[in-house]
Amino acid sequence: MSAVVELAGVGRTFAGSPPVEAVRDADLVVEEGGYVAIVGPSGSGKSTLLHILGCLDTPTSGSYRLRGIDVGGLSDGDRTSLRGAEVGFVFQAFHLLPYRSVIENVMTGLVYNRTPRRVRRERSRQALERVGLSHRLDFTPRQLSGGERQRVAVARAIAAQPSLLLCDEPTGNLDTRTTSAILDLFDELRTDGLTLMVITHEERVSQRAERRIEMIDGFLGEAESS
Amino acid sequence: MSAVQPLEHRIVKSRFALSDLVAEAFSGMLARPGRTMLTILGTVLGVVAVVATLGIAKTSGNQIVSRTDELSATSVSVSNRSEGGFRSPSNNVSSIPWDAEDRLTRLNGVVAAGTMTRVDTSGSLVSSVPINDPLGQSEFAIDVVATSPGLFEAVLSELSTGRYFDEGHSIRNEPVAVIGSGAATRLNVTRVDQQPAIFVGDTTLVVIGILDDVAREPSLINSVIIPNGTANALFGTGAPAEVHILTELGAAQLIGDQAAVALSPNEPETLRVSVPPEPRILKSGLQDDVNSQFLILGGISLLVGAIGIANVTLVSVLERVGEIGLRRATGARRRHIAAQFLAESAAMGLVGGIIGASLGVLVIVAVSAQRQWTPVLDLYVPLLAVPGGAVIGLIAGLYPSWRASSLEPVDALRGGT
Ligand SMILES: Nc1ncnc2c1ncn2[C@@H]1O[C@H](COP(=O)(O)OP(=O)(O)OP(=O)(O)O)[C@@H](O)[C@H]1O
Ligand SMILES: [Mg+2]
Repeated sequence: MSAVVELAGVGRTFAGSPPVEAVRDADLVVEEGGYVAIVGPSGSGKSTLLHILGCLDTPTSGSYRLRGIDVGGLSDGDRTSLRGAEVGFVFQAFHLLPYRSVIENVMTGLVYNRTPRRVRRERSRQALERVGLSHRLDFTPRQLSGGERQRVAVARAIAAQPSLLLCDEPTGNLDTRTTSAILDLFDELRTDGLTLMVITHEERVSQRAERRIEMIDGFLGEAESS
Repeated sequence: MSAVQPLEHRIVKSRFALSDLVAEAFSGMLARPGRTMLTILGTVLGVVAVVATLGIAKTSGNQIVSRTDELSATSVSVSNRSEGGFRSPSNNVSSIPWDAEDRLTRLNGVVAAGTMTRVDTSGSLVSSVPINDPLGQSEFAIDVVATSPGLFEAVLSELSTGRYFDEGHSIRNEPVAVIGSGAATRLNVTRVDQQPAIFVGDTTLVVIGILDDVAREPSLINSVIIPNGTANALFGTGAPAEVHILTELGAAQLIGDQAAVALSPNEPETLRVSVPPEPRILKSGLQDDVNSQFLILGGISLLVGAIGIANVTLVSVLERVGEIGLRRATGARRRHIAAQFLAESAAMGLVGGIIGASLGVLVIVAVSAQRQWTPVLDLYVPLLAVPGGAVIGLIAGLYPSWRASSLEPVDALRGGT
C-alpha cells in the first residue's frame, strides 16, 4: 500500500478584506484504495480542499503530494496533465455539455488523456452501464432528470479510470434506490484500487466510507467512524 | 519546478489530437446551427461582395473588348514601310504581291483580306457623260482605287445596289467599277440595272454596284473602285500598296505577327503592320472606380463579419465557462482551450468563406446571364476566398480564445452552470 494523498500543513487563504482562510493547516494521508467521507457545515472549506486535492487549486502554504509527486513544484501544464491522468471529478454542479448527447458527454472526459479515439465510445458505454444509464445514451442532458444528470457526471469521471475519484455531493439529487446503486458502484471501484474521497451531507453515504473527516471553519478533524 | 525530483517523466502529458480539435470545432459550430448561420452572415456577405465584384469586373471587362472594340480589335492593315502608303504610289517597289489576298486568307484567323492601291490616272477627271464638258460641271476629281475582291468584306462595306466585282472580272481585265455612295451622287448614278457607264478620261467603265457604307475605310465612299487586273491593264497600276485584313475576334495580334512574313517571306521587314492595341490595355481603367467602391464595401462587410464572429465567440466563451472548467479538470491545458475556440471561430470563417464564394460565383453567373455576357472569373478568386474566410475567423477568435484560456479552472467551475 502506498499513499495516494499526502497533505502536510496545507492552508488555502483567499486574498481579500478580510482574507478568507478556507483551509487551515491540514494534515492528511490517504492510502491507495482508501474511502474517505468529508463532512462539515456549509462554507467550512470542503470544496476548497477538494480542489486542492484534485490539483485544480494550489495551497498557499504547506505541501501536497499526489502519488508521491509534489504538486506545488509543478508547472501549470504539468499539474493539468497530472490531474487529467490521475483524478476524476464529480462536481456539485454537473457541468454537462447541453448540446451533446449523454455518451458524447462521457467521451469528453477521455479527450485529453491520450485515450485512443476508437476505445472512447466503448469505455463510455461501459461507464454509463455501470451507473444504470444504458437506455439513455443518445439523450441530451436537457432530457434527463436531475438524478440522471448526476449519474452521467459520475460515469464521465470513472470512464477515464482515474486513481483518485473526488466527489462533491455525488448523491445530492438521487433517490434512495439510485443512491445505494451508486454506493455499491463506489465499493466495486475501490476493489479495483480506486481511491475515493467524497464530500457529503448524507449520513447514509458517510457511513459506507471507511473514514470520516469533519471540516469545521477550515480545520480538518478525524471524526468517529460509526 | 523541483530540482530534486525528476518528476516530469512520471507525468503523462495531456494532449489534444488534431482530429479531436476538428471534431470539437465542428460540433461546437453545429450545436447551434441557427446562431452559427447568423454569426457568419457578415463574413458571407463580405466574401460575396469581393468575389462578385472581381468576377463582374473581369466579365464586363471582357465584354467591353468583344463589343465596343470589335471593330478595331479585328482589324489589321499592312503597307510598305518605305513609302507614304497608297496616297503616293511609286510603282513596282512594293513588297506586297498580287496574290496577297490568297496568301492571307490561308492564315488561320483571317476572315477576309484585300489589297487596295490608288490608281494614277494622270489627273483625268471622272464623268458620267461621254462629252468633254467645257464648263467642267459634269466632271469631277474623284479617286480611282484598285482592289482585290476580298477588300470589300475586309473593310466591312455594304452595297446599296448592284454587286461587287469578283476574281473573274480582274482576270479578264473587264472595265467594271463599284462606286461609293458619295461618288454616285456626284456622278448622278442611282441605278445599275441598265449598266450605266462612267468615264475616267477616255476610259469607259461600267458601274456594277454602288456602296452604301464603308465602316473601315470611309474614303472609299468618294471613290471609283476597279479590279486590280483592270487597273493594271488600263492604267498600268503596279503592285498593291496596302492590304486590309479582317480577323476573327482575338486573332488580330497573332495575324499581325504573321502577316508580314506571309506577304513577303524574304524581306518582311520592309512592311509596316498596324494592329489594334492590346485588349489588356483597352479594358483597364474603365470600371476602376466602381470596382474599388464595391471592394471597399466588401472589405467593410468582412470587417463587420469578423467583429460578428469575435462577438459571438466571446459570448459563447462566457456561456461555456463551466465547460471550460470541466475540460481543464479533465486535463485540457490552456493552449488546448485556446485551440478549441480558435478552431471554432476559424471553422465559422471557413464555412462563411465557402458559402460566400459559392454565392459570389452564382451572382456572377446570374448577372452575366441577365446581360447575356460570358461569365469570366479567375479561379484563384473563389479558391482564395475560402482560406481567406478561415483566416478572418481565426483573427476574430484570437481575443475570445485568449480570454477562455486565461480562466482559472477553479473560478470556471465555480462560476459555471
Ligand atoms: N475564490 C474565492 N474567493 C474568496 N473566498 C472564497 C473563494 N472560494 C471560496 N471562498 C470561501 O471559502 C470558504 C469555503 O468555501 P467552500 O466552497 O470550500 O465551502 P464548502 O464547505 O464547500 O461549502 P458547501 O457545503 O456549501 O459547498 C467560503 O467561506 C467561501 O466564501
Ligand atoms: Mg462545496
